[in-house]
Amino acid sequence: MDYTPFWISIKLAGITTAVLFVIGVPLAYWLAFNPRRYKVLFEAIVSLPLVLPPTVLGFYILLVLSPESGLGAWFEEYLDLRLVFTFEGLVIASVFYSLPFMVQPLQSGFRSVPITLVEASYSLGKSTWTTLLRVILPNMTGALLTAGILTFAHTIGEFGVVLMVGGNIPGLTQVISISIYDEVEAMNYGLANEYSLILLLFSFVILSLVYLFNYQKRKAVRLL
Amino acid sequence: MMELDIKKKLSGANGPFELRVQTEIKKGEFLTLYGPSGAGKTSVIRMLAGLMKPDQGRISVNEQLWFDSVQGVHLKTRLRSIGMVFQEYSLFPNMTVRGNLVFALPKGENESWVDHILGMVGLLSLQDKKPGLLSGGQKQRVALARALVRKPQLLLLDEPLSALDTAMRNKLQDDILQLHAELGLTTVLISHDYHEVKKMSDRVLVIEEGQLVKQGKAEDIF
Repeated sequence: MDYTPFWISIKLAGITTAVLFVIGVPLAYWLAFNPRRYKVLFEAIVSLPLVLPPTVLGFYILLVLSPESGLGAWFEEYLDLRLVFTFEGLVIASVFYSLPFMVQPLQSGFRSVPITLVEASYSLGKSTWTTLLRVILPNMTGALLTAGILTFAHTIGEFGVVLMVGGNIPGLTQVISISIYDEVEAMNYGLANEYSLILLLFSFVILSLVYLFNYQKRKAVRLL
Repeated sequence: MMELDIKKKLSGANGPFELRVQTEIKKGEFLTLYGPSGAGKTSVIRMLAGLMKPDQGRISVNEQLWFDSVQGVHLKTRLRSIGMVFQEYSLFPNMTVRGNLVFALPKGENESWVDHILGMVGLLSLQDKKPGLLSGGQKQRVALARALVRKPQLLLLDEPLSALDTAMRNKLQDDILQLHAELGLTTVLISHDYHEVKKMSDRVLVIEEGQLVKQGKAEDIF
């Protein structure tokens, strides 16, 4: 069995999750604490990938990243980086595709931290930054873990967007979900089954771990 | 010396009303805000702390301007020399008792001050415990100790004892009075409890529907 598609999927999911932590934490913080009404527009944009067919998202990302578009041309000219049908392009597409899976749990995590903890920190002379790092984030570890794991798992399960933006290049952009599709097309049901089973077990274990962690946390809180 | 002259539109159970408080607080004074729920007492404390912005007015503490609507000054909470204790403890659950106090220590300050404060409030034996394992009275004692780590000019207590039983309440009242005297603090307390007000205050402000209806020594008011 060729494990390369697995590694590509895991690499893609790992990098996407890391990038989304960097983007998602400030974005979710802003969405959670901003009192202005126009933020609902941003909430809607963040949630779009939940309802759009991945092909729609993939199609527009493909258009924007293609060398014929301004952005794609800029990347090629100044960074010598082609974004369509490459791994880098897949990362960008995955970041958009998995954005709600990072931002939504983080947003509810931020809202779950009692505001008096934040105010107590300010009253002790601490800056917004120190308060975020030392008070808010450590008291929403459940949300951080949920966001990270859901993003990772969701990226692993990506299909439509990858196909549109990354194509199906073995060893480069052929992720596990596309390999399964390929094997089924070629009537290799045995291999398709092995790939699928591994993915199924992986997803089940990951989700069980998330629920177990959150269960333990709730139990610990009840005991206090 | 502290000057307080604030106006703020608030909305209460009986519709909107204007909070208007003007007073001077002497250094070392123990001032209590007394009055029914929803009268605007907590808003006064929040405006002193910079957590709420008055519509109009001025707050100055020892010649330093904290708020001035005419000059457009609104000093951030973290830049005001305050210590604050909330009704609901507000201890950081991810830190130990000692961690909560060390967090409050300004950069470069020696940790021996934390030991001193822990000793003063009798918490040395609990210093490595997480707040979740403490009783209500112990938690509030930690919150009080934490508020004092910065050596604040102004200590703000928003009904800190209302969730405690009578024995614990008496004990903490004594602690607060002792710390107030020992550290030379200026303290503003919100309380609903008539006995507490009588025991603790140098001066009482009675606030009803946002208006300062009476002020003076506790024995003159009740």
